[in-house]
Amino acid sequence: MTPPSTAGAGTGGSDGGGGGPRDVLTGGPAPSRRPKSKPGKRTRVRTAAPLPLLVPALLGLAFLVLPLLALLLRAPWSSMPELLTSAEVWQALRLSLVCATAATALSLVIGVPLAWLLARVEFPGRGLVRALVTLPLVLPPVVGGVALLMALGRNGVVGRWLDDWFGVTLPFTTAGVVVAEAFVAMPFLVIAVEGTLRAADPRYEEAATTLGASRFTAFRRVTLPLVAPGIAAGAVLAWARALGEFGATITFAGNFPGRTQTMPLSVYLALQSDPEAAIALSLVLLAVSVAVLAGLRDRWMTSA
Amino acid sequence: MRTRSSNRPVLLAAGVGAAALLVLSACSDSGSGSEAGKDDAGAASGELSGEVTVFAAASLTESFEELGAQFERDHPGTKVTFSFGGSDALAASITGGAPADVFASASPTTMEIVTDAGVAAGTPETFVRNRLEIATLPGNPDGVASLEDLTEPGLKVVLCDEAVPCGSAAQKALNAGSLKLTPVSYEEDVKSALNKVVLKEADAAVVYKTDVRAAGGKVEGVDFPESADAINDYPITLLKDAPNTAAAEAFVELVRSAEGQKVLTGAGFLKP
Repeated sequence: MTPPSTAGAGTGGSDGGGGGPRDVLTGGPAPSRRPKSKPGKRTRVRTAAPLPLLVPALLGLAFLVLPLLALLLRAPWSSMPELLTSAEVWQALRLSLVCATAATALSLVIGVPLAWLLARVEFPGRGLVRALVTLPLVLPPVVGGVALLMALGRNGVVGRWLDDWFGVTLPFTTAGVVVAEAFVAMPFLVIAVEGTLRAADPRYEEAATTLGASRFTAFRRVTLPLVAPGIAAGAVLAWARALGEFGATITFAGNFPGRTQTMPLSVYLALQSDPEAAIALSLVLLAVSVAVLAGLRDRWMTSA
Repeated sequence: MRTRSSNRPVLLAAGVGAAALLVLSACSDSGSGSEAGKDDAGAASGELSGEVTVFAAASLTESFEELGAQFERDHPGTKVTFSFGGSDALAASITGGAPADVFASASPTTMEIVTDAGVAAGTPETFVRNRLEIATLPGNPDGVASLEDLTEPGLKVVLCDEAVPCGSAAQKALNAGSLKLTPVSYEEDVKSALNKVVLKEADAAVVYKTDVRAAGGKVEGVDFPESADAINDYPITLLKDAPNTAAAEAFVELVRSAEGQKVLTGAGFLKP
């Protein structure tokens, strides 16, 4: 009777690709592909949603979806094929995908252990460390880019030694793009994984260690599989954030086609001379991210 | 009206939604910042008052700020708000409906975007011209003496993107010298190009003479003859939907007055 409308409002909200980790876990498009609700699963909404919640919820949905619809409506469909077949677009798109994926990988390698540390090890100043980890979320990305220049630039605090000892300079390189994106995206991963770790029962790990496993083995064989869905959700969030990253990238890595010009940068520069091309580029980025997120959701997220 | 336990999932969902919104609002990109808040600036006649919003090319930053302060001193009760940026970005936000009174661009081409869209009032007039210069690290450690020196491999050079006036001017100068230069980056406006040298991330940048002067001792300027072929005209215009026409007219007048020209030439601009 009532479920159709309320369920629709509940699950459609995460189409935009952002949202909290929980949204990614349960929400998403194409509910039709999912098999009928599992027998053991509790029905989500028992009664109709109360009006004071339903109205703002629908407003919120419209607020998120309307701008995207407007983009679709105003897109220059007739000149689209011409705009999209230029080599420059594909170059930027490929660079975006490669860099976002590399940034996510980097975030996984150093972010998951960091999340574990925050969730499982008691140490003085843990609250402060957690706050520091979330700082890049609050920092304007451009400021993040400048901060990265100060730290890792050719004349930076650490970057100077990198240059002197190894001849490595990060600004204006593709590696610089990855660093900038990871800086901005990693907090999403750390927060998501830490939350999952805190929710996971530490007694499984303790049982493993009492049975003779080292703490690292317990982490690898017990904890990781336990929190895999949380890691996947965090990785997807971080990837999506990295894909759209603009401010830190252009500030830290500059803008050179094929090397550091990712899609958001080329959208920004196209917007100045040719708004139609910018809309076309944005749609490509949108389509790719929706496709990847939807694909991942089917593969990974439903296991949660 | 306390929450019943049966409503919990819904509430929880709302909570998660609110949290997601918070996270989202924290991570949105800092895109423009060009939409300066605008109050109704009344003052139909007589005394000038209210806010004047001026959109100006990044290279005009220092001199226009000085002129703005002077304008506010001359006309107490007024407030000049600036939005500086790449001329193309400014033109795009003006045609997109940003509330501005005056637009000063670094090239006639970008001004055309605004006049073609029919949002300019009257014909834009050139008020200054600007010439390019090479900005190098202080003391010029790489010994850059000409535009050709910039093409040496190993030297990190940044240019403005060709969408921005300083970028198209630099390209014109390079073409005039039949030189081919591959920079490490095409920056989004002249100040970002300059700052890459100020921060010592790049060895040299092709910017305006005025930017080199504004940077003080942080960069060293090197003149090059090809810049004569790439002199930019700076047009200024009143905008049709100017919320504060009277004050805007007065500001344009100040820019074009002898007094205003003195400030501008003092910053390194050439007379029109």
